[in-house]
Amino acid sequence: MAVSTHPPIQSKGRLLLEADGLAVRLGGRDILHHVDLTVRRGEIVTVIGPNGGGKTTLLRAVLGLVAPSAGRAGVADGVTVGYVPQRFPVDRILPMTVERLMRLTARPSRAAIERSLDETGTAHLIDASIHTLSGGEMQRVLLARALVREPDLLVLDEPVQAVDYAGEAALYELIAAIRDRHGCGVLMVSHDLHVVMAATDRVLCVNGHVCCTGTPHEVSGNTEFRRLFGPQAEVFALYHHHHDHDHDLSGEPLPDGEQAHHHHHHGDGHHHA
Amino acid sequence: MATGTTMLDDFLVRALVAGVGVALVAGPLGCFVVWRRMAYVGDTMAHASLLGIALGLILGLDLGIGVLAVTVTVALLLAALQGQRLVGSDTLLGILAHGALSIGLVAVAFMETVRLDLMAYLFGDILAVSARDLLWIWGGSAMVLAGLAAVWRPLLAATVDPDLARAERASPPWVQVVFALLIAGTIAIAMKIVGVLLITALLIIPAAAARRSARSPEGMAAAAAGVGVVAVLGGLALSIGVDTPSGPSIVVAALVLFVGSLAIPARG
Repeated sequence: MAVSTHPPIQSKGRLLLEADGLAVRLGGRDILHHVDLTVRRGEIVTVIGPNGGGKTTLLRAVLGLVAPSAGRAGVADGVTVGYVPQRFPVDRILPMTVERLMRLTARPSRAAIERSLDETGTAHLIDASIHTLSGGEMQRVLLARALVREPDLLVLDEPVQAVDYAGEAALYELIAAIRDRHGCGVLMVSHDLHVVMAATDRVLCVNGHVCCTGTPHEVSGNTEFRRLFGPQAEVFALYHHHHDHDHDLSGEPLPDGEQAHHHHHHGDGHHHA
Repeated sequence: MATGTTMLDDFLVRALVAGVGVALVAGPLGCFVVWRRMAYVGDTMAHASLLGIALGLILGLDLGIGVLAVTVTVALLLAALQGQRLVGSDTLLGILAHGALSIGLVAVAFMETVRLDLMAYLFGDILAVSARDLLWIWGGSAMVLAGLAAVWRPLLAATVDPDLARAERASPPWVQVVFALLIAGTIAIAMKIVGVLLITALLIIPAAAARRSARSPEGMAAAAAGVGVVAVLGGLALSIGVDTPSGPSIVVAALVLFVGSLAIPARG
């Protein structure tokens, strides 16, 4: 494939996160073993895999929330992380407006808060109580909250769980646009095969170990991947086949084979090193 | 008559100053107890503080020091045992609370020479607050409030979502230990006011009553301090007016304020 012969442009970016020979053992059970993972600046890496395959554990290990039983994993020194958790269950007894939530782990100005909320289309919610938000609104506010930290690395755990199918594609598009605008690295976990692939530079399929990794196109041809996901993988391959070209924001298809290079033109069109 | 009036003024003023000092710190700290669903933790430390009284009497120490030593020990023990999986956390708290309370009661019973007014420690006696107690209460309250202000942001972040706070390096683990120590300190200073059995009430009822009028965590903390002060005033008035025990009267006043707060429409 033309795509895979080009080294991804992102490999030149600063290393933000690394797992090296990572193994995690929880309650006497081996959850992960021999996992290698890197995320660089400007790169979107998606971890997929079956339920119970250790996707979320991998995320927790690189964030320092669970200790490795072997190998190592972690975020590089000086890297600011913006984390979008899978669920955000805040008890109603704790009063909290969206604005106050935006200041939870950062000290942004009101203008910076408005900017970040605007980026995820939630500026009108700034004075709302977080207890009144819908699942989709909460997800977007949480994304804005991570953004207001001006992160080098955005980490998202199953970002579309509370979002309906139409919102799903829009959210992944938003994540890609954010990467283009801010030049940050993105690591996300998803069980969803269809939509996520379109907005991903590199896929890591995890089922206890790394069963395959590469561009979405490469992974879709992998036998173990097809065995793991069965018919779903077929549907995905089909989907990806039809979308073997990228679109710019106006919807114009970019020529096939230029995909890796042109990925960074996505969005406002300026270059990132 | 003149001397009588002065005396009355004096012990009432002392009681008032002491109660306000405790309410100002119990309200904001109690918000975290409520937010983190830790009411039982406060209870555990409070029950255990009776052991501190016994130790203080046996060793001839200041009782406040004895209580502080035991509550701090229980706080650190709880922090250390947080990760264990042998028994559930509610069982662990129950074992610590009632174990320490019983050892305290047994130890007190052994001390034949000491005449101990147990009721005063169980329910407090705000009307017997001395000038020295006032120093202890206000000094302690100022320290606890300063400590709480210092860890407020990281503690709140860890309260809202512990994983998020750790992932974003926004809350080092020692913040939790500091919080446990602040509760221990508050119990030691509030014991004289409402007694060990009712301290948790002073932590959680004003905080719960403040919820409806608040839109932010900071607003709720300030409102909880206010509710606590009003409860102290109301409780003291009740106690003086109809000669009821002061500690329980303050808690009854707080309870009335809580029930009244339910009439306020929720603000989010």
